[in-house]
Amino acid sequence: MTADQVLAECRELVAQPIGAAAERWKAQHPDGRAVASYPVWAPVEIIHAAGMLPLAFLGGGTSVELTHADARFQSFVCSIAKSSLELGFQGLCKGVDGFVFSNICDVARNLSSIYQRNFGDVLVEYLHLPQNSTSPAVAAYMAAELKRLAARFEDAWGLRVTPTALAKSIETFNTLRTGIRALYALRIAEPQKLSTVELYTALRALTMAPPEDGIAWVNALLEDIPRRSARQRDGLRVVIEGAFCEQPPLGLLEVLEEAGCYVVEDDLMLGWRWFTSDVATDGDPFARLGAAYVDQAVPSSTRHEGREHRSTGLLEKVRRARADAVIFMPAKFCEPALFDYVLMKQGLEKAGVPHLLVEFEEKMWTFERTRNEIETFVESMLFD
Amino acid sequence: MATAVTERQYQGQVHEHSRRLMSAWMDELGRAEAEGVPTGALMISGNCVELLRACHILPMFPEVTALQAAIRKKSLPLILKAEQAGYSSDNCAYVKADIGLFLDGGMGPGKPIPFPTITVCNYVGCNVYVKWFEHLADLSGSKLFMLDVPFCRTAQPSAADIQYVVAQLKELIALCESVSGKKFDIDELREILAYAARAEEGYARSKELCKRHPAPFDAYFDAINMMGPINVLRGMREGAEFFDAAVAEFESLVAQGHGPLSEERFRTVVEGPPPYPFYRNFRNLFAKWGAVAVQSTYSTVGGIWEWGFRHDPRRPLESIAEQMMTENLTNRSIVARYAQIKRYVEEWEADALIIHSIKSCRLFSAGQGDMRDYFTRELGVPTLMVESDLEDPRYYAEAQIKNRIDAFFESLEHKKVVAGR
Repeated sequence: MTADQVLAECRELVAQPIGAAAERWKAQHPDGRAVASYPVWAPVEIIHAAGMLPLAFLGGGTSVELTHADARFQSFVCSIAKSSLELGFQGLCKGVDGFVFSNICDVARNLSSIYQRNFGDVLVEYLHLPQNSTSPAVAAYMAAELKRLAARFEDAWGLRVTPTALAKSIETFNTLRTGIRALYALRIAEPQKLSTVELYTALRALTMAPPEDGIAWVNALLEDIPRRSARQRDGLRVVIEGAFCEQPPLGLLEVLEEAGCYVVEDDLMLGWRWFTSDVATDGDPFARLGAAYVDQAVPSSTRHEGREHRSTGLLEKVRRARADAVIFMPAKFCEPALFDYVLMKQGLEKAGVPHLLVEFEEKMWTFERTRNEIETFVESMLFD
Repeated sequence: MATAVTERQYQGQVHEHSRRLMSAWMDELGRAEAEGVPTGALMISGNCVELLRACHILPMFPEVTALQAAIRKKSLPLILKAEQAGYSSDNCAYVKADIGLFLDGGMGPGKPIPFPTITVCNYVGCNVYVKWFEHLADLSGSKLFMLDVPFCRTAQPSAADIQYVVAQLKELIALCESVSGKKFDIDELREILAYAARAEEGYARSKELCKRHPAPFDAYFDAINMMGPINVLRGMREGAEFFDAAVAEFESLVAQGHGPLSEERFRTVVEGPPPYPFYRNFRNLFAKWGAVAVQSTYSTVGGIWEWGFRHDPRRPLESIAEQMMTENLTNRSIVARYAQIKRYVEEWEADALIIHSIKSCRLFSAGQGDMRDYFTRELGVPTLMVESDLEDPRYYAEAQIKNRIDAFFESLEHKKVVAGR
C-alpha cells in the first residue's frame, strides 16, 4: 500500500462513529467484545490479551450535536466530557461493550460514574492510575490494579487474560509503538514530508482497528513517506503541548501548519504512545506493565512525576525535536493542562524557549483569530 | 402572609468556641518558624492529620487559608495576581487565591504564617490537589510527598489498596522523622486516634440531632463552625472537648424545641460548598423562607462520620488508610454521593435538595445536572440548582440566585398549601 492509500483508508475510518468500528470488527469476531478507553492512557494490552478490540474513546468532535449532555454537565465543563456522554445518548457507541475511565481529572472521574448510571447495559470500569512516582510500592500496586481490570473482564464475559496472551500482546504493542516512534522521528527529520494532520489521522485510525492492522499501516507509511518529494519552506519548528485529552479539530491543526509552523512533536493521541521505550519482554507481564507505567511513561499533565520539574519533560521534547518554540494548546476548561501551563511556561522562559497559548474546543469551527495570532507569532520569530 | 422568619442568635457558644480554637491554631502556625516547629501542608479531604500530629509536625491547610481570604472578602486581588502570573480564569479559584498569597511570599490571610516545611499531598479525590501541591512545593521550595490514595471504585477497598496506602504512610512517617528529628511513637498515634474518634463521635451525634424537628442548628451554614475542629484539630484533646460541648448545647436546644430560625418551614439537604465571599448573603436568602439545612454533603469532605466509621487506635495505620480511601465524600464517586444524599433526604426528612454548583470545583460540580435529573425525575425530590463559586466573587450574581431561590420556595410553599387542603 502507498502512503496515500493508507491515509485514505485511515481518513475513512476516523470519519465513522466508534460504535461502527466496533460493530464491523465484531461481525468478523462474533464472540468478541470491544472495549474503549477514555483518554489518556489505559492498558490496551490487557484488552487485547482478552481477545477483545481495544478502542480509544475520544469524544464526538464535530460529529455530534449536544441535545442531552448539556443538561447533565455545566457550561464550565470541557467539550469532550459532554460529547462523550452525548455519543451514548444518541446510540453512536452501540457495539462498544465496555468503557475504561481513569483518574486523569475530576471531570473524567465523574463522567465515569455518570456513564454507568445512564447506560447500565455496558461495562464501565474505573482504573486508578497512581500519582506517586517514587514509592517502591507503586509498581506492584499498578500490577495489582491491572490484574483487577483483567478479572473484571473475566467476570463480565468469561474472557480470561492469560500471562502468555498478555506477553504476546505486550510484544504486539511494542512493535506498534516502535513504528509510531519511527513515524515521529521521520517527521522530526523531514516535517515537510508528513503533515501533522496526516500523522494525527493515521494515529487516530490506529485506535479504531486491531493493532495488527495498525502495524501494517505504520510499516507502509514508514516505507513510502521517505520517498515523497516535498520542498522544505521557511517555517517555525514547534512542539504542541496540552492537547492530550480532548482532541483539537483538524481545521486548527491545518491552520497551525498553514500559518507557518512545522509541528515536530506533540502530545496528541498520547495514550497509544504512552511508553517511551519497549515494555520489558521477560518476567510476569502484569508486573512488567506496572513497572513500565512508573519508569517508562511519557511526561503528561495527567500523571504526577515527582522526580523532575514539570517543565523538564517538555524541554527534553523541544531539544530532541530541535524545535524553535512551543504552542500550548489546552482544551478550554482543561484544568490539568491549564495548571501545568504556568510551571511549563516558567521553565521555558528560564530556558529561553518562546511559546504561545492557543485554547481550543473540539467543536471550534472558525479559526481566523487563531490564524492571526499564530502568523504574528511565526513572523516575529522568523524575521526577528 | 405568614409571619417573617427571624434568625435566632443561638450559635454563639459553638461559634465562639470554634473561633477561639482555630485562632489559637493559626497563632501557633504564626510562631512555628521562630520556635523551630516544622509544619506540614495537608488537604482537608480525607486527611491524615493525626499522623502529622503524632510526628510532631504542625498541620497547615491551604484550603483553610483560601476560604478565610474569601470570607474576609480579600480573595479577588489574590486571584487576579495569580491570573497575571498565567493561571487561567478556568482554574480553581481556591488555588489561585493561595497562589496570590504565595506570590507575595507568604501564607495566611489575616496573620502571616510561614511556608510549610513539608508539603504532603493527600491525593484524596480531587486531581486539582495534585497540581495545587506541585505548585506550592515549587513556590515554597519544600519537600513534596505525594500520598496516592486509590479512588473508591469498588464496594470495599481491596487488600492491595490498603497495603499500598499503608506502605506510603510508613514512608511518610520516615520522612516526617527526618524533618522533625523525633522518633515516631505508635502509642502516641494511638492516643491521638482515640481523641479523633471522640471528636468524630461528637460530630456524628450533632448531625444526628438534626433529625429532630426543628433541627438544633443548620447543618450547612453552621456546620462550617464545626468543620474547623473536626478537620484541623482532629486528634487533639481540645478538638474532642469542643464536640462534647457542642453536643451538650445542641441537646439542650433540642430539649427546648429551638432551631436556628424562629420557625423551621422547610428542611433541606444542601450539596456543594458555599459561596464564601457572600456567605452571609447566601444564608439570608434561605433563612427568610424558613429553610434550614438538616444535612449537607460539604460538611463531609473531611470524613463521613455519620455512618459509624471511627478511627481505630488498635489498627492505627489501617484505619487511617480506610478513612482516606472510603470514609470521606471526595474519594467516592458522584453516584455514591447520590446514595448519600438520598439517605439524608429520607432519614433527615428533608423537603428538598439544594445543589450549589460551583465553577472552581469540578470534583463537586461536574455532572450535577445528572444528579438533579436523578433526584427530580427518578425520586421525585424537589431540587433547586444555583451556580456561583466558592472563592471568586465574580461568579456570584445575587439577584439571579435570589430569583431562583424565591421561585423555588414559593413553589414548595404552594405545594404545601395544596397538600394541606
